[in-house]
Amino acid sequence: MTELGRAAAAALDLILSGDAELAGIVGLSLQVSLSAVLIAALVAMPAGALLAVLRFPGRGLLVVLLNALMGLPPVVVGLLVYLALSRAGPLGSWGLLFTPTAMIVAQAILVTPIIAALTRQTVADLQEEYREQLASLGVRPLAAVPALLWDARFSLLTALLAGLGRAVAEVGAVIIVGGNIAGVTRVMTTAIALETSKGDLPLALGLGMVLVALAVAINATAFGAQGLLRRVQG
Amino acid sequence: MFLARLVAATAPDEPLLPLSVENLTFEAGGTRLLDNVSLTLGQGMRTVVMGPNGAGKSLLLRLCHGLLRPTRGRVRWALDDGEAVRRRQAFVFQRPVLLRRSTLANVTFALAHAGVTLRCRRDRAMEALERVGLGHLAGRPARLLSGGEQQRVALARAWAIRPDVLFLDEATANLDPSATRTIEGIVQAMHEAGVKIVLTTHDLGQARRLADEIVFLHKGRLVEHRPAAAFFERPRSEQARAFLDGRLME
Amino acid sequence: MIARRALLGALLAASLALPAAAAGKFITVASTTSTENSGLFKALLPAFEQKTEIEVRVVAVGTGQAIKLAQNGDADVLLVHHKPSEEAFVAEGYGVERREVMYNDYVLVGPGDDPAGIAGMTDAAAAMARLAAAGEPFASRGDDSGTHKREQALWKEAGVDLEQAGDWYRETGSGMGATLNTASGMNAYALTDRGTWLSFKNRGELEILVEGDAQLFNQYGVILVSPERFPHVRKDEGQAFIDWLLGEDGQRAIAAYRLEGEQAFFPNAARKPAS
Repeated sequence: MTELGRAAAAALDLILSGDAELAGIVGLSLQVSLSAVLIAALVAMPAGALLAVLRFPGRGLLVVLLNALMGLPPVVVGLLVYLALSRAGPLGSWGLLFTPTAMIVAQAILVTPIIAALTRQTVADLQEEYREQLASLGVRPLAAVPALLWDARFSLLTALLAGLGRAVAEVGAVIIVGGNIAGVTRVMTTAIALETSKGDLPLALGLGMVLVALAVAINATAFGAQGLLRRVQG
Repeated sequence: MFLARLVAATAPDEPLLPLSVENLTFEAGGTRLLDNVSLTLGQGMRTVVMGPNGAGKSLLLRLCHGLLRPTRGRVRWALDDGEAVRRRQAFVFQRPVLLRRSTLANVTFALAHAGVTLRCRRDRAMEALERVGLGHLAGRPARLLSGGEQQRVALARAWAIRPDVLFLDEATANLDPSATRTIEGIVQAMHEAGVKIVLTTHDLGQARRLADEIVFLHKGRLVEHRPAAAFFERPRSEQARAFLDGRLME
Repeated sequence: MIARRALLGALLAASLALPAAAAGKFITVASTTSTENSGLFKALLPAFEQKTEIEVRVVAVGTGQAIKLAQNGDADVLLVHHKPSEEAFVAEGYGVERREVMYNDYVLVGPGDDPAGIAGMTDAAAAMARLAAAGEPFASRGDDSGTHKREQALWKEAGVDLEQAGDWYRETGSGMGATLNTASGMNAYALTDRGTWLSFKNRGELEILVEGDAQLFNQYGVILVSPERFPHVRKDEGQAFIDWLLGEDGQRAIAAYRLEGEQAFFPNAARKPAS
């Protein structure tokens, strides 16, 4: 059997055996990344929308910076969060290092620029369409933000998915601030890294396939929901 | 600020009209699109702005409504309170921009931003929707309505805020004859309710049906401003004659 | 609208309801990939956790990084394998005392056809010198880990100046497993601890070529991070773990652990108590 064949077999075996450890790892992956995306979205969506509707000096620079931060290396984010949460760091007394909370913080930081930048673009496009109508109704730019965000909701789902994809797939940040502790902070990507370092490539690839299948399932659900809502809500 | 809005919205006694346009000029990208236009629009009459493509009809409406700033000249209303002036006008665009929410919510949204208290919004919105014959579609997502229905929602939204002046920019250009007649009926009803109507149209028939007076523009200049009957019977300018004969399309 | 808000609230609540594990007693142990990857902890910890109800959370990184973590106060116990660094750690006041726990050994692995001809040699330094002379590819950790430090000491003893090394010397800058993956991929020689090697599955053409030299002895030490320096250190729980490791139960468990049918670690706590 080829390496890929063994990987597929390992993946299938993992899923079918209903391995409790795997379920825990998948569950933690989802919990950490979904929480991170949710928290990031609460900050990033209003921020991105504000950046789209407000005009102020330095705005262009901020947009460029935000777009550039989409490529923020996870390892760098992990390192920064580690330095902040380490006992030797400013927030050390919170004792959050090597906990899922620390991982959520790191991933939230990682995906905030992504969601904010995509929100900004989406809202800017929509605002172009709505500008005259909203001005005619006497809606000021700031007051338009909630309406624009709400009307962009189907497109913004894509921004959330992009953020989730980034969060669930990254390993650099969570392995540093989580420590890949078995049963506590081990998620799909750090488990894959561990199996790779053990040279168990089929198992690593198998875990990777589970991750991809999960991503496909999430995106398919979102796609279906998006289509349905568009048909029902216009 | 909020109080000022309330006062503006609840004290519509001082007249908004007449509207005086003085030496209005608008340039974009080095091209003069509206050239030194001066005119006065009074209460009561339905004004139809006509002219071939590129005459500056939409531009004139947008400048009057305050969506654009003139390069030179000014737009002056009888009332000197900028906030109140804006609140007492409504604008219906060629393509209605409706929000992704219910028909009713589209109207209450406008009312909320016009400073109408939460308690009054729903009733006023329903009343406006009934007037345009869409009461039964209040709960429907607005974006799923037909083109004609969407334009009627836009009219209900305009009507609900009880404006003194309603601008319509080619409001029926994308609609079929039946939908167009419905819209014209609503415009007529608003006129009878005392709303000053200012509209642009390409449709000569519509102009004849609705106009009390005609503002005829050509290449950014005001060519004629006369009672409709006189304009249609004896146009003074060569451009207007050519336009009415269908010889002047640009 | 209300349903939507409720959903959002529920999501938020769910996200904040983090695993309750943090509520129980636990310690954080900074250790090396070799102990984690070999599966030793997985075999040892349940017995200890069952006896004491103290959860042991192992953060497995290179020795250099593990020491750095402990120096920042981010671990309660340090379990690594580089004696000079461990002694410096204690001397600088970061740790209470260094105790020896167990040992295993390093092995030199390389392609089975052995183009450098070092198979069966018993002098590790001499084998390294021959490797350098042959210019056959060698994959080094290059990550300041215990294994990397030992490798550098061997090169020094062999009289090989790495500054002058040609492109046969490849630093991967990563962990033992990743380095072995690299070595396996390009049929390079590498120095590895026996534990990682035994558990490593992607060997390809690689096999053990040199072993048994005293120079390849690999001693593990355990240190309680100083509670004086870091008041948050879980002193009692950490000490309980160390006592257990060094005591009869722990030592017997280490000796009993088998990896691919072979003993991977040899307990030696009693033989050589720390000064």
